[in-house]
This record gives sequence, C-alpha cells and structure tokens, in this order.
Amino acid sequence: MSELLAVRNLAVNYHSERGLVRALDGVSLEIARGEVVGLVGESGCGKSTLARAILGVLPVPAAEVRAGEIRFGGQDLLGMDASDVASRIRGRRITFIPQDPFGSFNPLFTIGQQMLDLMHWKSPRREETGRGLWPAVLTRYPREQRRQDRAAIVEILQAAQIPDPEQALTKLPHELSGGQRQRIMIAMALLPKPELIIADEPTTALDVTIQAQILRLLHREVKRRQVSVLFTTHDLGTAWEICDRIVVMYAGQEVEAAPNAVFFDAPCHPYTAKLLESLPRADGVVKDIPGEIPGLIDPPPGCRFHPRCDHATEVCAATRPPVTGMLHTVRCHHPLRAAS
Amino acid sequence: MSGELRLVLRKLAEDRLALLGALIVVALVVCAAFAPLLATHPDAVTEFNPAHRLRPPGGQYLMGTDRMGADIYSRLLYGARVTIVIALIAVGTAVAIGVPLGLLAGIRDGVVSDLIMRVADIFLAVPQIVLAIVIAQTLGPSLPNVILALSATFWPWFTRLVYAETRAVRNETFIEATIALGASPARVVWLHVLPNIISPIIVRITLGMGFTILTAAALGFLGLGAPPPTPEWGRTIAESREYLPDAWWYAAAPGLAIFLVVIGFNMLGDGLRDVLDPKTRRAARPRE
Repeated sequence: MSELLAVRNLAVNYHSERGLVRALDGVSLEIARGEVVGLVGESGCGKSTLARAILGVLPVPAAEVRAGEIRFGGQDLLGMDASDVASRIRGRRITFIPQDPFGSFNPLFTIGQQMLDLMHWKSPRREETGRGLWPAVLTRYPREQRRQDRAAIVEILQAAQIPDPEQALTKLPHELSGGQRQRIMIAMALLPKPELIIADEPTTALDVTIQAQILRLLHREVKRRQVSVLFTTHDLGTAWEICDRIVVMYAGQEVEAAPNAVFFDAPCHPYTAKLLESLPRADGVVKDIPGEIPGLIDPPPGCRFHPRCDHATEVCAATRPPVTGMLHTVRCHHPLRAAS
Repeated sequence: MSGELRLVLRKLAEDRLALLGALIVVALVVCAAFAPLLATHPDAVTEFNPAHRLRPPGGQYLMGTDRMGADIYSRLLYGARVTIVIALIAVGTAVAIGVPLGLLAGIRDGVVSDLIMRVADIFLAVPQIVLAIVIAQTLGPSLPNVILALSATFWPWFTRLVYAETRAVRNETFIEATIALGASPARVVWLHVLPNIISPIIVRITLGMGFTILTAAALGFLGLGAPPPTPEWGRTIAESREYLPDAWWYAAAPGLAIFLVVIGFNMLGDGLRDVLDPKTRRAARPRE
C-alpha cells in the first residue's frame, strides 16, 4: 500500500502564560491509502493537536509549528500557500468529522442548506475558480451542478442510514438527535469524495448504544470508498473495533504503532501494556497506571514515560529512546519484546 | 425564512408596547410619505404670512401658527421628512462603516483589530452629542453636515457591538468546523458570523434611530441643523422660546412629535430585543 499521509518529526509548541507547552515533540505517523489508523492516548497527550495540525487549524497565534513536515499525497502541507491548502486540500481531499455533533452545525440554517453550501464550494464536480474576497460568497451555484450535488447528498444520506433524507434536509440542526447529526456529519465528510478523513473522537459525545452503530457505519462507508481515516480516541475498545493500525501517543510523542492484531496481542511498550491492563475486565478488576501524566511545559528528560515505568533504568532518565522496528515501531529503551 | 419572519411578527404583535412603538414608527413614515396630502396648508410651510402669526390651535390651524404665520401642523408633517432622512442616512452610514469594521476587528487578531477598536474607543470616550456639535459647528449648519456629524459619531457603537458578538461566535464549534473544511475568511464572516449576530444589530439600529432623531433635534435646537425655512423640529422649538409661555402650542407640537417618535423607536427596539434575543427572552420577567 502506498502511503497517503506522512507526518515526520512534527513539533508543535503552545505559548501559554506559564511557559512553552511542548504539545507535540517529534511525532511521526504514516497513513496508507484506504487505511484506518487509530490515534490512541489519554487526554492531553497531543492527539487533538496532531489532528488539528494535519487539518491546518491550529489556534494561531498561540500554537507554533517548530519543526517537522506533513506530507500529503507527496505535497508538503506546511510549506504550501495557506490559501491553496484551504481551497484545494481542506474540505476536498482532507475532510473531518468533529467531536461535537451538537455545536458543529450552524444553528440558523437547515441541514440541506448547510450541506449544499459545502457542496457549492467543495463539490468534486466544481470547476476550480479564482478566489477573492467577494467571489467566494457571491458566486452563483450553477443549476446543473446543484441538481447533481443534491442527488449526491440524498444518496449519501441514505448510505448514512438517515430515514427519509428529503425530509431531513429541511430540518434545522436542533430538530435532529445527536446520533442523526453525527451520521449527517459523517455523510458530509464523505461528500466531497476525500482521500483522508480526520475523525476527532467522533463518538465521545454520543450514547454508548449509538456509538457502536455510528462506528459500524463509518467503518463500512470508508472501506467501501477506500478512504483513509485518522481516528483519534481515548477508548482502546473503539480503536480495536474499527482500526487497521493503532498508534499510541504519550505526552506529545508516539510511543508505539502496530497493526491491530499485533497491537492487542503483543504490545512492546510498557505504557501500552499498562494501558491494555487498565481496560475494565469482566472480573471487575480495574488497574490504573500509577503516577500522573507529565506536564508538557517541563517534561521529564529522556523517556517521557520513565517516572511511571516499572522497567525504567538510568538510561531511560538520561537519553531519549530511539524508535525501533519497521511495521511495528516502538519508542523505548527496554521494549517488552523485540518489535518486528 | 418567511415562516421565521411571521413568527417574529406574531410575537411582536403580542407585545403591546412593541406594537404601539411599531404603530408610531409607521405613523411617522406615513406622515412623511404623504405630507403634501395630509397637510392642511402645504404651501404655507415656508411662506411668510404675518397676518396669521401666532394663532392658537383651532379653526383652520389644527395646531396653531408660528411666528411667520405658517401652519405648525403642516410644518410638522414636512419636518417628519427631514427627521426620517437624517435618521435613515445617518444610521445607515454608521451601520455601513461600523459593522464591517467590527467584523474585521472581531475575526482578526493583532494590530488590525487593536487599531480599529482603539479608534472606536477614542470616539466613544467623548459624549456623542459633544462630538457631533463640534463637527457640525466646524462644518457649518446644513442638512448634509448634520447627517455627517451624526454618522461620524455613531459608527463606533456598531463596531463595539459587532466586535463583541463576533468574538463570541468565533469560538463556536461550527465556525471552527467551517474553517477546518477550508472555508475562506470572507465566507466564514459573511455567511456564518453575520447571520448569527444580525439580531442584536437590528435591535441596535432600531434604538439608534430614536437616539439619532433626538440628537438631530438637539443639534437643530442649537442652530446647527438645516437652516430656516426648513421645518426641522428641533429648530422649531428653539424659535418658539421667545413666545413662551403665551404661544404654548408653538413649542408643544414639535416637542410632542420628537417625544412620540423617540419613544416609539425605543419601544419597538425593546420589543425586538425580547423577540430576537433568546437569552433576554428567557430572562424576561413574567408579565400579564
């Protein structure tokens, strides 16, 4: 499989009042075409920052990309002209599914208006036009394109299992349930026929019963269309259900990346092992990981996990561990088993 | 959208004060539009008629006559035209300047935003009437200068309002989502931010009309408005002072007109605020 997205040694800082926050510190990540990659980690480990960095919507001026590159389909997104990225990549080749289906629709417009508005400027059928302050807002929507786009919207809403799509298009966002809104969000993410979808915890705001449905829907539709997905979640169970490959992040770095099957059976990084142990089990025993997530203003030297690690030695505190392995990579001085 | 408009109108109709305000505003517009038809002495508005000067109300003069012998009622109707022209153009210009500046300052960070807001703050630091007097006085009394003075001093109100509302809307998830889908800044501002903040702008426009009419009358009273024989309400009151208290109708008629129009716009604005803004609607005290 050829790689679609490659993030290499990405470092992102946040400027805060208390000092420099090293939100991402040398993260590398690859996504192949048609691959669903789960980005797993605790809150504050930097997974949302990574998702935003790829989308190019880091909060300016607080965030600053210090180093690294993000290559998408061979193009360096960080080096490209920002408005080019906005008009050609974002919303066309990379779309996203937001975390919060409640606040992510403009409350004033109907679902149909919002979906057609997206298609008006991001339709795969749209001719590339000049840009400027006024044309973006005032360009007319060619009738034939509008008709085709509308048909595509109804079709995709059916695929997203929205009962009576025509009816749904006339509804305002608040008239739909959270699950339906998230289905529509997934439909909207698929609409421009993207190559990559960034899904930032798309099910955390939903009921557990709805979560599984939404995940199955997402998985089926992206596999059918051969779309790659970067799926961030803090829930290993969710990742296990839909991801081909899982990347674990800890304190602004990826610590282990492995195919789904290998990951759950043979974790190499002590943190991953602890994370798997901390899953609630049938016998009711819940283990937590002792210690706390390190602050990212002044992270521990060497391996970031060493203060909480059972296997830590002097070298862990002194030097940064190298990333080893090919298909199964791990960032550790003393991996539990040799990575393949 | 039309259903929404109907809903707003129905809610407005339920609010009796707002309805009364709307009726007064409509009456003002009708008076101005049909002044030549409604006036009893349309020709006497600007003519000198010494034989009939300072007649009390009654007979052929509904509201009496002024020092020139002109019919005050007719002059009031024509004065409504002046009032509406001043208020519409002044508020319209203030909106046209203030709203885009507020949007720009709200959506941008850094120097542009700071510069716009500090300039607006400088204007807001001086009472509007004082600033308007200075401008009108410097440029000389005329109708265009009054309008210029009013719009030049009123735009910061809109900039402040729009800036604050834009800042609030900017952090909404759907704005972030729109940007993440590659929407241009212009699209975000015009299609997503502006529709979400239009309600407070409409309310401010309505209240601003009343406020501007009052300020315009004040400028007219101080002799900074349109020169005679323009039947400007504020100027009429100023003229009447020499003849008080004997010719009470001379001052009372334009005074009442100003009072009614301003309170009409204010009641309509308050009603609109209750109808359009869900936050104050919920907080509104239970009535009736």
